[in-house]
Amino acid sequence: MVNDLLSAYLPLAIFIGVAVVIGLALLISPFLIAYQQPDPEKLSAYECGFNAFDDARMTFDVRYYLVALLFIIFDLEVAFLFPWAVTFGALGWFGFWSMMIFLGVLTIGFIYEWKKGALEWD
Amino acid sequence: MDVSFAFFYLFAAVLLGSGFMVVAARNPVHAVLFLILAFVNAAALFLLLSAEFLAMILVVVYVGAVAVLFLFVVMMLDVDFAELKQGFLQYLPIGALIGVLFLIELIAVASFIVSGGKIAGAPLAINAVAQGERNITNVKAIGDVLYTTYVYYFEAAGLILLVAMLGAIVLTLHRREGVRRQSAAEQNARTKLTAVELRKVPFRQGV
Amino acid sequence: MMATALPSILTILPELVLATGALFLILTGAFQGTRSINLVNGAAFAILVVAAIATVFQTSETQTAFNGSFVVDDFARFMKVVTLLGAAATLALAIDEMSRQLQKPFELAILVLLSSLGMLLMISANDLIALYLGLELSSLALYVLAAIDRHNAKASEAGLKYFVLGALSSGMLLYGASLIYGFTGTVSFAGIAAAVKGGSGPGLMFGLVFLLAGLAFKISAVPFHMWTPDVYEGAPTPVTAYFAATNKIAAMALTTRVLIQAFGTDAAEWRQILVFISIASMGLGAFAAIGQRNIKRLMAYSSISHVGYALVGLSAGTQDGVNGVLVYMAIYMAMTVGTFGCIVAMRTKDGSVETIDDLSGLARSQPAFAFVLMVLMFSLAGVPPLAGFWAKWYVFSAAVDAGLVPLAVIGFLTSVVGAYYYLRIVRVMYFDDGPARFVPLSGVLRAVLAVCGIVVILFGLLPSPIVMAAGAAAKSLF
Repeated sequence: MVNDLLSAYLPLAIFIGVAVVIGLALLISPFLIAYQQPDPEKLSAYECGFNAFDDARMTFDVRYYLVALLFIIFDLEVAFLFPWAVTFGALGWFGFWSMMIFLGVLTIGFIYEWKKGALEWD
Repeated sequence: MDVSFAFFYLFAAVLLGSGFMVVAARNPVHAVLFLILAFVNAAALFLLLSAEFLAMILVVVYVGAVAVLFLFVVMMLDVDFAELKQGFLQYLPIGALIGVLFLIELIAVASFIVSGGKIAGAPLAINAVAQGERNITNVKAIGDVLYTTYVYYFEAAGLILLVAMLGAIVLTLHRREGVRRQSAAEQNARTKLTAVELRKVPFRQGV
Repeated sequence: MMATALPSILTILPELVLATGALFLILTGAFQGTRSINLVNGAAFAILVVAAIATVFQTSETQTAFNGSFVVDDFARFMKVVTLLGAAATLALAIDEMSRQLQKPFELAILVLLSSLGMLLMISANDLIALYLGLELSSLALYVLAAIDRHNAKASEAGLKYFVLGALSSGMLLYGASLIYGFTGTVSFAGIAAAVKGGSGPGLMFGLVFLLAGLAFKISAVPFHMWTPDVYEGAPTPVTAYFAATNKIAAMALTTRVLIQAFGTDAAEWRQILVFISIASMGLGAFAAIGQRNIKRLMAYSSISHVGYALVGLSAGTQDGVNGVLVYMAIYMAMTVGTFGCIVAMRTKDGSVETIDDLSGLARSQPAFAFVLMVLMFSLAGVPPLAGFWAKWYVFSAAVDAGLVPLAVIGFLTSVVGAYYYLRIVRVMYFDDGPARFVPLSGVLRAVLAVCGIVVILFGLLPSPIVMAAGAAAKSLF
């Protein structure tokens, strides 16, 4: 049974293999064939001829985090919808309403989110 | 030796290696990237167990959303990397101790199984579904029970998601005062009467 | 496909009341904004009380719902009523506190409702998945509640600490649950009990240990107590009261059900773990509290030691022991709510204070307030004939009956040590000169303090209603 599985994913395995080979080849070949003369200036940030003023890393606003978190929640909600859609015909009214209640709960959350202005950037 | 074993060891080895690198990487951004690698390998292990749906969910939810969230968090924090690393050696003994504890446990569990310990079995309903129809798909096996037999877990999960949503907004949302916002409804509700004023301008006198 | 019969609405009525109530209040708050604050707070309080009443009037037969994931028996009903009353009382404290602050988030009441719902699910959990979902629902709301005063650095720190350590403990609990499922092939407590009967291997034992570690975090028992003082100190006082008075009770109910119903046939194995946790909690709670100046930190250590005393009853593993745990938790709830009510009332004109020295001279300036606090302190210390004494009496006598005499002796000794710091507060109030001059208590605070004080005093004179209910509840577990 496991070998059935592997043969089903054989194209994927070959694809990953080819990807790894090409990726490694592109990573390794410069070390072998490229002309190398390392210099710290080559790695430093170039800012119109000035030395860099400070680190390029800036702190992100907390709002990005809020958006990402709200996205995850709805992502999970959608994940629950897949098996429901697949088995929808066999579930009957009970299955239908259980999903409707689930969606209803999250819709109330969505309304709250909308009304609070969490979807606005300012 | 089976080919699937080779794949199992490949994915498991990469998973362990990237898991180690998550802890050991100097740069937190690199640590998150290793975490993504670990998630992908875990998804591959799920595939080997023929749990395709879980594998895909792992990729969609964890790689697609959670790892991105982690990246945001890492970038949100103004972390001094050198300072972050200083405590590392300090926590090594306790970490090693816990690691050894888990190792002993694994050995104990493994030896129990090897020595013929029987695992009692009243399988869950989902297994019964899967056994009843051999060629049922993964998604269908979950869908058949999640919304009916396990409706309680399902609705509780919905409430947990609701609390997460509430919590995220309560803790992070702050409204800035004095921001001019567009109100589409108000704009659309304007009529000719409120928007335009007609004035009779007297000849030669201006407005 | 398995069909699921809808459960009788009466079986899940309290949960249904809380869930629909919370959803309606979210909508109200979302549309009305901060204007609706009084409406939301009042309605949330009413919903908690209604849910408690609905629980009281449920039938005393054991009922299950959702294919056995959810069980309502006398044990669940008793613990639910205690939890809901604790939640209602602490919500009243929070409403009172909120009335004097600029920030009035209506979400606080909703989070209290949702976390109380999670606690009810915990108490009624009859398998490992339901256990985890209930635990997570309540914990997630509690993490947010701890940090709800988000402009306060200490509160944010408390929320973060609670969240990180709570996530760790959830991980341990899940690892243990997965081991238990792996070795028994079932998640339901009845199935686990059947599998354990044939003797448990090392894997199952490890599973139980990890599960207990996760639960010990939730009841803040030593050695998983580290978060307690910081979180209790940092969180807003009414929220701290909520942690101490309700979350612990629900988690204790969960622990009791897991140990008695799922692992009851294997009591010899987990008893030694419990005895260790119990002794460590009683000891640490008693000795570490001595040096505390901040009364909220002191109450944190006090709550650790009280969990230790309750675990003495559970260690016995008998019906009397469970009876002791139930009585203990009910009385502990009343004492804790009362004490935190007093801490909320420690407000001067310049704001709230929370060190013990701020209480000096209170007996002269506000004798009634000082008297209630004194009664509560005597009760916490276990001075007869107050309720706290009887609580200890029930758990210790159950332990002695089960042959755990040394445990009972250690418990007695640590409660003598603990009496020192409780009585120190009384001494500061009555014998120290000081400027203690708090603003007059609001009506809500007076009511909460009066009820708690009366319960603590009356229980010593008239213990039978609570003890009889607890006896019936304990019986339903065996």
